[in-house]
Amino acid sequence: MTEFTPLLSALGGVMIGLAAVLLMAFNGRIAGISGILGGLLPPSPASDRAWRVAFLAGMVAAPLAYAVFSGGMPEIQVPMSMPLLAVGGLIVGSGLAYSSGCTSGHGVCGIARLSPRSIVATLTFMATTAVTVFIVRHVFGA
Amino acid sequence: MLRIFTVFAIGLLFGLGIIVSGMANPAKVLNFFDVAGTWDPSLAFVMGGALAVTAIGYRFVFRMPHPFQANAFALPAIKAIDLRLVGGAAVFGVGWGLSGFCPGGVIPALGIGRTEPAIFVAALVVGMMAAKAFDASRSAARHSALERHDALPEN
Repeated sequence: MTEFTPLLSALGGVMIGLAAVLLMAFNGRIAGISGILGGLLPPSPASDRAWRVAFLAGMVAAPLAYAVFSGGMPEIQVPMSMPLLAVGGLIVGSGLAYSSGCTSGHGVCGIARLSPRSIVATLTFMATTAVTVFIVRHVFGA
Repeated sequence: MLRIFTVFAIGLLFGLGIIVSGMANPAKVLNFFDVAGTWDPSLAFVMGGALAVTAIGYRFVFRMPHPFQANAFALPAIKAIDLRLVGGAAVFGVGWGLSGFCPGGVIPALGIGRTEPAIFVAALVVGMMAAKAFDASRSAARHSALERHDALPEN
């Protein structure tokens, strides 16, 4: 069970949206995390790497900043085994190489621009995620 | 230097939003999709908040002649809705449903210092690079096949 947190989740969403708007206003870039990460992998041009590293470093620093304000690291629950996590990571990575975007790139930035590609991509991955969770939890009963 | 610091600060804000919203927590993400079980609708509020701010904010930003720190807006040029897009998104969803981590959720989770996010990110990078290499070798094979075809005599 996880607690229903409408206010905190909406606040977090507003912060995500604000960051996406600021990245477009300052750097003219889509705040799509798979795209920002993918652009660091070879054969990407070295000249394009600094802002990507800075953005991802800011994201990694977030729990520490959170701990400064709240007095403790954020709690997360990872209810699956390490091998399953690794398999999940491989599948996510290979899918993203073709879809050119994830929850942030297509789901937030793309839909906000009313990009038909992003709307189709988001509906597709929301559907397969829901089906996967249903099969894992209710067919296999994990 | 100031440019890089600005991007770092924006990344920090993004990461804080992910943590406050619950997107860095796989259990919460998976419960959003588990309507038939331990449903937690919180993530709808994340999407709602993020989309409302981005949709309105982008309208103002795109009226600027250019971004503050760049010469032009870098917007995706691809418009095609094809098998690559739909298939890739479908595969991504399967992995998201198995793990509860998406790229935006797992990068801030890395900073908590637990093993699971690190394993997921390593696998994610391997998966991305392998798929890109496979795709590149396939399109190279297609091109050389085309060249051979071009080299054939007319009759």
